[in-house]
Amino acid sequence: MNAPTIEYAELAPLITIFGAAVIGVLIEAFVPRKVRHPVQVAVALLALVAALVQVILLAGTDIVAAVGAVAIDGPALFLQGTILVLAIISIGFFAERRLEAGGDAFAPAASSLPGSEEERVLVRERMLQTEVYPLALFAVGGMMLFPAANDLLMLFIALEVMSLPLYLLCGMARRRRLLSQEAALKYFLLGAFSSAIFLFGMAFVYGYAGTLRFGEISEALTANVGQDGILLAGIGLMAVGLLFKVGAVPFHSWTPDVYQGAPTPVTGFMAACTKLAAFGAMVRLFYVAFGGMRTDWQPMLWAVAIATMLVGAVVALTQTDIKRMLAYSSIAHAGFVLTAMVAADSSATAAILFYLATYGISTLGAFAVVTLVRDSGGEATHLAKWAGLGRRSPVLAATFALFLLAFAGIPLTSGFVGKLSVFTAAIDGGAAPLVVVGVIASAIAAFFYVRVIVLMFFSDPAPEGPTVAVPSLWTAVGITLGAAATLLLGIVPGPLLDLAQQASQFVR
Amino acid sequence: MTTLIALPALGAVLTALVPSGRGTLAKQVATGAALVTLVIGALISIQFLFDVDMGVQEETYEWIPEFGASWALDVTGISLALVALTVLATPIVAVAMWHEAEEEQRDPKAFFALLLAVEALTLTAFLAQDVLLFYVVFEAMLIPLYFMIGMYGGPQRRYAAVKFLLYNLVGGLAMLAAVIGLYVQSVDAGNPSFFLPDLVALDIDTTTQWWLFIGFMLAFAIKAPLWPFHTWLPDAAAEATPSNAAFLSGVADKVGTYGMIALVLPLFPDASRDAAPVIVVLAVVSIIYGALLAIGQTDMKRLIGYTSISHFGFIVLGIFALTSQAATGATFYMVNHGLSTIALFIVIGFLISRRGSRQVDDFGGVQKPAPKLAGVFLFAGLSGLALPPLATFLSEFLVISGTFLRYRPAAIIATLGIVLSALYILWLYQRTMTGPVRPAVEGMPDLRTREVAVITPLLALLLVVGFFPKPLTDAIDEAVGPTLVEVGVEQPEPLAPVAEHVEEGTGR
Repeated sequence: MNAPTIEYAELAPLITIFGAAVIGVLIEAFVPRKVRHPVQVAVALLALVAALVQVILLAGTDIVAAVGAVAIDGPALFLQGTILVLAIISIGFFAERRLEAGGDAFAPAASSLPGSEEERVLVRERMLQTEVYPLALFAVGGMMLFPAANDLLMLFIALEVMSLPLYLLCGMARRRRLLSQEAALKYFLLGAFSSAIFLFGMAFVYGYAGTLRFGEISEALTANVGQDGILLAGIGLMAVGLLFKVGAVPFHSWTPDVYQGAPTPVTGFMAACTKLAAFGAMVRLFYVAFGGMRTDWQPMLWAVAIATMLVGAVVALTQTDIKRMLAYSSIAHAGFVLTAMVAADSSATAAILFYLATYGISTLGAFAVVTLVRDSGGEATHLAKWAGLGRRSPVLAATFALFLLAFAGIPLTSGFVGKLSVFTAAIDGGAAPLVVVGVIASAIAAFFYVRVIVLMFFSDPAPEGPTVAVPSLWTAVGITLGAAATLLLGIVPGPLLDLAQQASQFVR
Repeated sequence: MTTLIALPALGAVLTALVPSGRGTLAKQVATGAALVTLVIGALISIQFLFDVDMGVQEETYEWIPEFGASWALDVTGISLALVALTVLATPIVAVAMWHEAEEEQRDPKAFFALLLAVEALTLTAFLAQDVLLFYVVFEAMLIPLYFMIGMYGGPQRRYAAVKFLLYNLVGGLAMLAAVIGLYVQSVDAGNPSFFLPDLVALDIDTTTQWWLFIGFMLAFAIKAPLWPFHTWLPDAAAEATPSNAAFLSGVADKVGTYGMIALVLPLFPDASRDAAPVIVVLAVVSIIYGALLAIGQTDMKRLIGYTSISHFGFIVLGIFALTSQAATGATFYMVNHGLSTIALFIVIGFLISRRGSRQVDDFGGVQKPAPKLAGVFLFAGLSGLALPPLATFLSEFLVISGTFLRYRPAAIIATLGIVLSALYILWLYQRTMTGPVRPAVEGMPDLRTREVAVITPLLALLLVVGFFPKPLTDAIDEAVGPTLVEVGVEQPEPLAPVAEHVEEGTGR
């Protein structure tokens, strides 16, 4: 019996993040309340930056670590790096304290009853809640592990480590707390279901292959010809779990409610990073473990991709709340990524990586803008209140318009290059009809993005309209970075495309 | 050549940076930038038309090597004609906007910045030798134009702007699918590239050509409105400011017809040959339909919008008649139609600013209080109905005689369009300028100095190009020849040498 070998150097980014999360819990217990907030923010940021540096130093690594449980290769490192960059910006939005009179976007104590005396006292005392930082770190750790998981068990653990903190974070909004708590409950219940289904599918696959490792599953496909029923059931059930996480139709129904109810900084963080991690895991599972069964799972993904694009785009048309609209738009985008996934080759992987990175940064920026448009009731997320924003604060409205145009995939924005990459991969992989559907969905989606621009620029501001709050430096920098990246990657996408191309090989 | 594009782009940025409320300064900066661009454009034209070396040469820089896309610019006779039109028209439109801006409630700064941005993108489209680059600017043009229509103009402008954007976006997305399809063809051929000559050299099978042809043609038929895809243009023309409408139908929409002759014909010769009869029918329908509806209009700007549809019909007819004479005529027509439409819109703008109405019935007998204005109006109108020796006559004659060689019935019906054009122009003149002086028209001021400065160059150009078309037509002819060889149809003997003086035959 040999002791397992652990490649500490290659796993350093993960260890850093999880370590910092545990330290965060200890801080929560032992550091006096007065200095807790700055200490927590500092620890979280330091850990994220340190992990990012480690990821950059690891670039080019291509090994299977921890006795085959974790793969540290191009796609994993690319996504880990992207998640860390987005998380650093997100933590900045979490720590924003100039927008709310009472403090930040989170309830002073998530355990206090909404509307109770206890809550009023806490608000009066200007208490700030700091559990969000260690929770966010745990979630980031899970997200980094998810696309790197190279066996079924690790995949499931990562899924849970990523999801559980998010369920909590969703329920912590300072305003409209009941809506927020309802969102958290919905997310938790549906998420628990999908995890169970995922686990069920894992059991089938294990029963078929007799192993948990992706590489060995792939070998087993060729050995056990003729017993495919149990394997197909396993693949199908596991796909349900993963499709739930990326928000694909028909497993998307949680998305709008959760996006709307969660505190907006959390929504941005989730929308950007969860999708990244889940797609990374899904692509690895389907390409590395189930690559040999391609012809069996492709039709299923075809159907899901078509439904996802169309439902996301069409239902978004009817939304009147900006956060819900962005939620449906994120569903449509999951469909666009799926079109490339169907193609199933390394150019598709590169396209997906590029798309996810650019989409993540634009999404984060867009939700950050939403946090700034406020009236007496907190954020003014109803679309009607955005009328005439272009006259009140042209710069902010123009920035938001840029993000919307990127989502619509207009040239000279990163969204266009992303769309071009995934559609090219899809046509290359013989999925031209999917691209036709994608184009139709893009046209429908363009309509509601444009509608918001019409509201902002061509309507007169309402007298009782919201004001645009002046954020602290951190949020301003975050939004500026997002806008600059969106524009720059639209004009000169070469370097990032290159990086995605180099990072597109899975270790087997 | 990059300089030519960089100048207006830089001008746009500078104009946008002018502090709000300093409208006059913004106008001066923008007009200055447009004039400098005109000088550079003139240098390029001189080199090309008269073989004087000005140091202009084709340029190719890597842009997105991952896709084989490059920043490749080159001048052909066809693009030269349109570049000349663009650099001439932009400063005229800018100056025409000066006093229109005074009537707007908004700060005109944005309009001028956007105008320059569109100029830069339009010039890029006319010079691009790379299909992806062409597509990117073709789509990106929509956004500034959309804002120009939506922010400045009549009461229904929001509706018109959204209609404009959605129509063109749908066409653009169809083209995107075709652009990707074309690229995948080059990948399959083993040389991934977006470079136009590379793509022209590909041997694509006819069925694939058909699909790609449909994608491209849909975009161009919407842009250069061809019946039945035209309905956005009358709305946009009616609601935009006169100078904006002038720029839109005079310059920006020429990208559509340019795309047909410079991209569609060489890229998809078989499909173009097979589809020509269908397109010719649509073009003839456009000619007659646009003319008939123009006769029935009571709103002057909408009337001119419909005449443009009729004239675009002539251009498309000339392109798809597939004879060198007709194609030369069509390209030449693009320039002349640009000049005459801009002149008409601007003169009508003068009328509207004096009376505050676009309705024909609100005018009558204008020639008594304002004879100069009436004279200018008549001149612009006559150029619209192609009276010899104005430039428009020659191009119309070339298109019809060139079409006659191949599609006799189409040419005959198109001639009817000329008769109708005389009808709508002269009847418009009669209703507004002659007859008893309406009370409201009493004391209408005649042309102001600035107005004379705007309109004189246009009218002078129409005369000059009408009397000395040879350098331009020769340059166009040279470029058209190889294109048609590519399509591979038998060239019938021309009926008459191009420059020979022709008996008056305009049906007046």
